[in-house]
Amino acid sequence: MNTTTAERLEAPPAPPNKVMTSLSEAKHLSFWAENAAPIGLVVLVIVFSFLSPTFLTIGNITAMLVAAAILVVLAVAQAFVITTGGIDLSISATMTIGAVGFGLAYQAGISFWPAALIAILSATVIGVINGLLIAKGKVTDFIATLGTLGVATGLALILTDGKPIAVTSTELLRLTTGKVGFVPYPFILAAIVGVIAWFVMFRTRYGLHVQAVGGSEEASVANGVKAPRVRIAVYVWAAGLAGLASLLLVARIGAAEPAVNTNYLLNSIAAVVLGGVALTGGRAKIVGPILGALLLTALTNGLTLLAVSQFYQPLAVGLVVVLAALLTRFQKR
Amino acid sequence: MTTMGSSTDTATDTVLTAENITKSFGGVHALKGASITMRRGEVTALIGDNGAGKSTLVRCLSGIHKPDSGTITLDGNPVQIDNPLAAKHHGIETVQQNLALVEDLTVWQNFFVGREIVKGFGPFQMLDRKAMRDKAGTLLSGLAVNVPPVTSRVRRLSGGQRQAVAIARAAGWGSSIVIMDEPTAALGVQETARVESVIRKLQDSGVAVLLISHNFDQVLRLAQHVWVMRGGLAVAERRTAETSGDELVALITGAQAA
Repeated sequence: MNTTTAERLEAPPAPPNKVMTSLSEAKHLSFWAENAAPIGLVVLVIVFSFLSPTFLTIGNITAMLVAAAILVVLAVAQAFVITTGGIDLSISATMTIGAVGFGLAYQAGISFWPAALIAILSATVIGVINGLLIAKGKVTDFIATLGTLGVATGLALILTDGKPIAVTSTELLRLTTGKVGFVPYPFILAAIVGVIAWFVMFRTRYGLHVQAVGGSEEASVANGVKAPRVRIAVYVWAAGLAGLASLLLVARIGAAEPAVNTNYLLNSIAAVVLGGVALTGGRAKIVGPILGALLLTALTNGLTLLAVSQFYQPLAVGLVVVLAALLTRFQKR
Repeated sequence: MTTMGSSTDTATDTVLTAENITKSFGGVHALKGASITMRRGEVTALIGDNGAGKSTLVRCLSGIHKPDSGTITLDGNPVQIDNPLAAKHHGIETVQQNLALVEDLTVWQNFFVGREIVKGFGPFQMLDRKAMRDKAGTLLSGLAVNVPPVTSRVRRLSGGQRQAVAIARAAGWGSSIVIMDEPTAALGVQETARVESVIRKLQDSGVAVLLISHNFDQVLRLAQHVWVMRGGLAVAERRTAETSGDELVALITGAQAA
């Protein structure tokens, strides 16, 4: 499923039985730390399906998958950035720029596909700026993306005059309502993004360089890795994915809103942390952050079904993330 | 500069010449015009006190630092070594003092990071993991040391195993020069002996080794030629057969003039 775990299991000479091995590993905190996202997801599903009869209905699962799609895409993007030891605080504002880019293009009478391309390209511009600031300008990732977060948020408000642009596109309507079986199109898109991201991270030269630069930039450079180029690319890809996510967002809302979307930013980082990726970089995971995104969506959905006030949702998300972060301390290194 | 009259006959079997290399970091002049030569098939030692400029010179030869001035000549041809890849391209491999290993990556990933084996074309290139694992395993077992599995993370390895990985990586590319910056400084007696046997093996296979060491016994044991650095300059050279530990100490401290 995930090469990091697969390779860790390969390392000791021929474990007699993988089930027994994982059972004996379950005594250690590191087991829970490595698998926080899948375990947490299973526990949440069990708890909520007991508490609410609607939780595990096909209709609700479809609704959850639609809701999770945006976060899955953003979490995958954030996972790449965090693997290099960086962070992208501008990711949700970049998505907003993409949405506004799409809205303005669509308003100007441009048809769906070119407008979608404009959305992705306008988001990518923010990523290029992030990458250049961080890799060439040597600005700390935190400060650089905090800056572009402000710039992108402001630009979105200025360009739209603070008003949402209603979008009535048949393509977007099909994207948001279509499904294969009970799996909605947005989630299929997110899953494709996840598969490609996994492949890029663990099977290509670029992915290896991302992990190497995150593990030790000095050692990577000494071995001929062009670290600045790798860093720029990671922010550009992240922004491009945020642009893709912006299409899902516009489809979901039915309008291009210049809203701040802070929730998506926090949850994208939270999903990556839940997925067991160390913020110090070097240890890549793709499946973990995707499961983390699903967990956070299930948590929000379950609390809504139980008619828990919306005010408690950020509180619950915050507690889960802090718990996960505490657990990662016990990960095997 | 040479007082031993050897400059005429070395012209043919000199594999590397560094001349008048200078390098400053802000106001600190780490190298003030150092010149050394390395002979084909020999272990050349580079010794000197801390801060004498040994590591800076090595970093200039391996492309990590770009010299402010000076020339580097390989087999009689002047070369530009602007980055680590250029050094590797010219057949200069380096075992850095810090080993330059990425601890979070596996042994085989560390072997090949920066020059991976890939299969497929254009955008569909993917890593040939099996080929890389196999080659890393072969190269490591060729060193006949306490061989770690190629799929284990470097973080889990002992100091000696890490050294073995770094040396096997440097030796494995058919390079003509291998630079080792204090390869045994952090090792125990047994592991040191193993690394020394690896250095001999490298030399036997025709590789010129530049060995930076603080250990005079080791230098006299392994090297045929030794350069002494002091204050950013290479101040003296000796054939190890014609010198002693005491003389080397005197040259390093400046008690004896070159």
